Amino acid sequence: MSFPITLTVNGTRRSVVLEDARVTLLDLLRERLDLTGAKKGCDRGQCGACTILLDGVRVNACLALAVSHDGASITTIEGLAVGEALHPVQAAFLEHDGFQCGFCTPGQILSAVGLIQEGQTGGDPERVREGMSGNLCRCGAYAGITEAVLTAHAALTGPDVLPGRQLAEDAA
Amino acid sequence: MKAFDYIRATSVAEAVAAAARPGAAYLAAGTNLVDLMKGGISRPDTLVDVTRLPGLDRIERGTDGSTRIGALVRNAALAHDPVIAKRYPALAEALLSGASGQLRNAATTAGNVLQRTRCPYFYDTASACNKRDPGAGCAALGGVTRSHAVLGWSEHCIATHPSDFCVPLAALDASVEIAGPGGPRSVPLEAFHRLPGDTPERETVLEPGDLVVAVTLPPEAEAFAGHSRYLKVRERTSYAFAVVSAAVGLRMDGDRIGQARIALGSVALKPWRARAAEDLLAGAAPTPETFAAAAEAALADARPSGDNAYKIELARRIVVRALTLAAAGTPDRVPALPASPFAPNPSAPNPSAPSPLAGAPVHA
Ligand SMILES: Cc1cc2nc3c(=O)[nH]c(=O)nc-3n(C[C@H](O)[C@H](O)[C@H](O)COP(=O)(O)OP(=O)(O)OC[C@H]3O[C@@H](n4cnc5c(N)ncnc54)[C@H](O)[C@@H]3O)c2cc1C
Ligand code: SF4
Ligand code: FES
Ligand code: FES
Repeated sequence: MSFPITLTVNGTRRSVVLEDARVTLLDLLRERLDLTGAKKGCDRGQCGACTILLDGVRVNACLALAVSHDGASITTIEGLAVGEALHPVQAAFLEHDGFQCGFCTPGQILSAVGLIQEGQTGGDPERVREGMSGNLCRCGAYAGITEAVLTAHAALTGPDVLPGRQLAEDAA
Repeated sequence: MKAFDYIRATSVAEAVAAAARPGAAYLAAGTNLVDLMKGGISRPDTLVDVTRLPGLDRIERGTDGSTRIGALVRNAALAHDPVIAKRYPALAEALLSGASGQLRNAATTAGNVLQRTRCPYFYDTASACNKRDPGAGCAALGGVTRSHAVLGWSEHCIATHPSDFCVPLAALDASVEIAGPGGPRSVPLEAFHRLPGDTPERETVLEPGDLVVAVTLPPEAEAFAGHSRYLKVRERTSYAFAVVSAAVGLRMDGDRIGQARIALGSVALKPWRARAAEDLLAGAAPTPETFAAAAEAALADARPSGDNAYKIELARRIVVRALTLAAAGTPDRVPALPASPFAPNPSAPNPSAPSPLAGAPVHA
């Protein structure tokens, strides 16, 4: 059996024929579409290196069968920057040294983009660490990663507005 | 991974007919099944993809005050749903303590309930396992058994059920709605998973083709909203399965406990409802002595299945701690570290009081 599927990957429609239903989204991206940004760390959902945005939410590409996601929209690390302009999360990872070897970084960045969109952490570092726990970093760059996510969060959502500050600003 | 055929079901009837055939399995998000297929532990001939079935991705409020959670509602969507978080806070806390943000975005309600054990011998196809290969024997017996069952196990299987979500579901008397070749039926969650006995390969009451379509919480379940917690001991703070967990709900009646609900996780091959402990708490004052007695009762039948007697005492302490936290009141929001015994208790009357862990040695 073969399965024709169409995905929108980083804004571009891509049609592929899967000869085999076993192909994961991660293998499809890396082996068929030449998008090797998403990494294969464990291939079992245990490390987060393969994190992509699937229809806008972060998931592990290694456990998603491509055939099940016909018609989906996917964002990988290759699709985040606009030309030379980095996405605020990418810029924050550079600014805060949120990596060392860089292997986990595409997954960390996509996970952070998803986390910020989920809107559950505010500027609380503990919630950010908990929210990013699905991304392991073997180099232990966690301190920089947390700083980067907090900075990007502030850049993308505005600083956390305290009720008192809001009142003062309204009065000014 | 073994090759398989793929069918995308467009109606419940079509799904049930396709999955009733031998060798067929349902596919939801695949976060458990695809992992097991990669390891050669599950080897289906056909996957019946249920993710496009219409109408199963909704959370519905019944006029009687019940809540029906569709089989395809994602774990993250469920945990962050305002109605769920407000009326069943232990459910939200349990969900948020499980897996990772990415996995919760994908994982479905039915997939979570039907996830398989994490027994390492089950995962290792070179080991004998009665669950994978009925009659082969159980390599876990006499092996590395730190994480295995202390309640309800048999000499044929000592594995545990790993779901966090199922623990508060059991405490809250949830039921599972099933569509099958023989028509629709509903089974209490507590009776849905089977204890191993001498047929550990039969994990639930589902028959071939049976499709879980929803999980329903009865009207009484929200009576515990004000005093509900889920507490989960892990070997690391996040992104880890429970060593032991407990879901607790109290319906207070003045300064006494009107009714209590307690279920334990990762102690047996199913979420373990502690009814004797609940009975003991009904009408009692919420004191450390009553909580200790309840914990004794909850674990009265426990016995180690190997090198895991520590789990029995750990479970007692988790019951006491969960009851203590629940008595203090449900926090307004799930703590930053959901279900963690290391999280500061936001509803503690005196936030500057030392935590119960202060002074405890860091390394046991
Ligand atoms: C690294 C990692 C860490 C994890 N940590 C935790 C944790 O801490 N706590 C926790 O509770 N869980 C944890 N999980 C497990 C996770 O919760 C499950 O993988 C997930 O809930 C399964 O849902 P799914 O939709 O992906 O199911 P699938 O993998 O698609 O299916 C799982 C099973 O359910 C069956 N099934 C699916 N839908 C139906 C249906 N409607 N009717 C009948 N059968 C059906 C499938 O045939 C399969 O047997 C973890 C998983 C991973 C990979
Ligand atoms: S404990 Fe159960 S799952 Fe684990 S090896 Fe024994 S039979 Fe298999
Ligand atoms: S490669 Fe997907 S989680 Fe590790
Ligand atoms: S930067 Fe090396 S693994 Fe994270």
